[in-house]
Amino acid sequence: MRTFIAGLPGARWARRTAASGAVLFAEVRAAVLTAWRRSLQLRVVVSTLALSLAVVLVLGLVLQTQIADRLIQAKFDAAVIQAESARVVSERDLSGVDPDREGAQGTLNNALDRLTNQSTAESGAPTAGEFRAALTTGTGSGPEISAGGLDAVSAEQRQAVASGALTTQYATVDGIPTLVVGQPVRTAGRELQLYLMFPLDAEQRTLGLIQSTLIVGGLVLLLLLAGIASLVTRQVVRPVKQAAEVAERFAEGHLDERMPVHGEDEVARLFESYNEMAGSIQTQIRQLEEFGALQRRFTSDVSHELRTPLTTVRMAADVLYASRDELLPALRRSSELLVNELDRFETLLGDLLEISRLDAGVAELGTDRLDMRHVVSRAVEAVRGLAEESGTPLVLDLPGDVYAEVDSRRVERIVRNLVANAIDHGEGRPVHVTLAGDERAVAVVVRDHGVGLRPGEAGLVFNRFWRAEESRARRSGGSGLGLSISLEDARLHGGWLQAWGETGRGSAFRLTLPRTEGDLLESSPLPLQPEGDDPAAGHPMPASVPTPPWGTPIPVDATSEAERAEP
Amino acid sequence: MLHRMKSRVLVVDDDPALAEMLTIVLRGEGFDTAVVGDGTRALPAVRDMRPDVVLLDLMLPGMNGIDVCRAIRAESGVPIVMLTAKSDTVDIVLGLESGADDYVVKPFKPKELVARIRARVRRTETEPAEQLTIGDVDIDVPAHQVTRQGERIALTPLEFDLLVALARKPRQVFTREVLLEQVWGYRHAADTRLVNVHVQRLRSKVEKDPEHPEVVLTVRGVGYKAGPP
Repeated sequence: MRTFIAGLPGARWARRTAASGAVLFAEVRAAVLTAWRRSLQLRVVVSTLALSLAVVLVLGLVLQTQIADRLIQAKFDAAVIQAESARVVSERDLSGVDPDREGAQGTLNNALDRLTNQSTAESGAPTAGEFRAALTTGTGSGPEISAGGLDAVSAEQRQAVASGALTTQYATVDGIPTLVVGQPVRTAGRELQLYLMFPLDAEQRTLGLIQSTLIVGGLVLLLLLAGIASLVTRQVVRPVKQAAEVAERFAEGHLDERMPVHGEDEVARLFESYNEMAGSIQTQIRQLEEFGALQRRFTSDVSHELRTPLTTVRMAADVLYASRDELLPALRRSSELLVNELDRFETLLGDLLEISRLDAGVAELGTDRLDMRHVVSRAVEAVRGLAEESGTPLVLDLPGDVYAEVDSRRVERIVRNLVANAIDHGEGRPVHVTLAGDERAVAVVVRDHGVGLRPGEAGLVFNRFWRAEESRARRSGGSGLGLSISLEDARLHGGWLQAWGETGRGSAFRLTLPRTEGDLLESSPLPLQPEGDDPAAGHPMPASVPTPPWGTPIPVDATSEAERAEP
Repeated sequence: MLHRMKSRVLVVDDDPALAEMLTIVLRGEGFDTAVVGDGTRALPAVRDMRPDVVLLDLMLPGMNGIDVCRAIRAESGVPIVMLTAKSDTVDIVLGLESGADDYVVKPFKPKELVARIRARVRRTETEPAEQLTIGDVDIDVPAHQVTRQGERIALTPLEFDLLVALARKPRQVFTREVLLEQVWGYRHAADTRLVNVHVQRLRSKVEKDPEHPEVVLTVRGVGYKAGPP
């Protein structure tokens, strides 16, 4: 019970640790990935480490194998020579001994003692170091008599020796690797078997030492290589980092920023060319700024120089116009034309100045958080007279509570231009003005059902002074700059102004503005292209039109009104 | 003071054709006019002639229109209407801040100009005896005098009109559009910056601490109203 109770929080703790461990792992992983992505130095050091690790491993293995082979081979050769000399000694000692007689055991023991003693006493001859020896009669015919331990000798080896061959074999005795050399020894009686056992522990120790030396050496080499790689990359990366910082500052508008050039190496050459580039960019920008200032100056001068005489002419014309009833018919008409054309001239001049201000980038955006319904209504009211003149019904769909940070003067101007344009080209059919908003954007769509636009014209309508061929006759007396100015006004808000049109189906203009100044637009709350096909337009469409991609069916009132408008 | 038959307009403009045309139109509308073609001579002309309205072109040789405006305002409360060829925000705000009461952008229609001038001289009509109070400021309407604890505050006629308009209906919140109509005489929507600039100027004179106004209060998102008496 107690363990159960104690186990519960423990398990929970374990789960929590596991969970936080996973989180920690993910964080560390993300950090490492980021460092990997962002640091050239880290990448170079890590790849140097990996590659040199592979090289060191292969090299170490080859070295170790080679050394081990040589060591064993030398031992082996010495052992075989030693065995040969031992045989000679043994044969001399045992030439008159018959192993099958009584007391043979003692004789064998003595022979072995002499063998081992002699080998240490006899200097000069190649020795294979310390060894143990064993003599045996073998189990062939008669009882086996042995001297010395035979544990290390395998049965196969004994069989091979019994058949009269010199054999060598590696075995492990008491955990020590041992080389066993066996050979027959001739005696007066049956043959004896002589085994010499050379322990290899000294060689094993040597090999172990070499191995650890190789590992330590390899590790030190790796670390050194990593350090070198890090140092070398730093030499390259540091100027690159410096260059990046300088370039960033330059991009932020600090045009006087230059790279410090030291020496004459490749980096210095890179910096020099960068500096040259920066210099020429700076000159260009300065020139552009001067042109901009000139342009603004020109705008202001034209504004004053042109407007003052225009004011005088305007006033003079108005004085004439005021007393036109006293004039002859021709003079009266002339004064009317004069006043009307002066209006047009003023609009044109105003638009020209406005667009040159927009071009010069001196236009200011004075935004307020406003109810778009009011802004759009005011714009529509301003052109209502125009609509009534041409008998164009205006259909408004302006929901309340659509707020956005806009410059009311500019937005009103855009909507006014769009509606006036729609009235101009709507051929008296209804013009729909729809307002909608979503979380990030507001949109106004102005739709007419007039001649529409031919393919490709939707891209041209915003061009300065562009006019559709059939619509030379204008009621609003537009300057041909209205839509261009509207486009610039929309851009100033960070908004979109788009056009859609089809021959015979009319056209639609959509203004989309971000709700918050400076916000980036991603989508519009309203579709630009009208939903569905407009049957009133008489557009040749197949009878079985599937549900249009925009999903919603055509609003009934729009259709019926369009039908009513159709003569 | 006797009610003059003809209001006098001083035209300060360097363009002789425009000045002549202005003279023709204004005379036709029943004004007396005098023309000065040089900024440096504007101030002496104001002193000599004591006009009811100054019509001031902003671009002048000799002395910049803005400077002329400041110089006149420094010693006289005479209504100043700027003639400006620029509709740039900065120039208009600069002109208003240097003391102009109203502005007309070239090219203007004669009727528009006359309406603007009429709105500025309208106040000379006789007014009923009226005593108003906002905060600790007392207004003697017929005497055109504003005092705080007996101390006189000098206001231009326009600032006075603005204050009186607010004081006459202490409970009402005035939108900028309504003030434009009542004080400036605009019948259509006009530049609301006129109101903003002049409210700031008025506050700098009548408020103890213009940062924390007690006389002319801002009603956020709507407009202005008078402080409690």
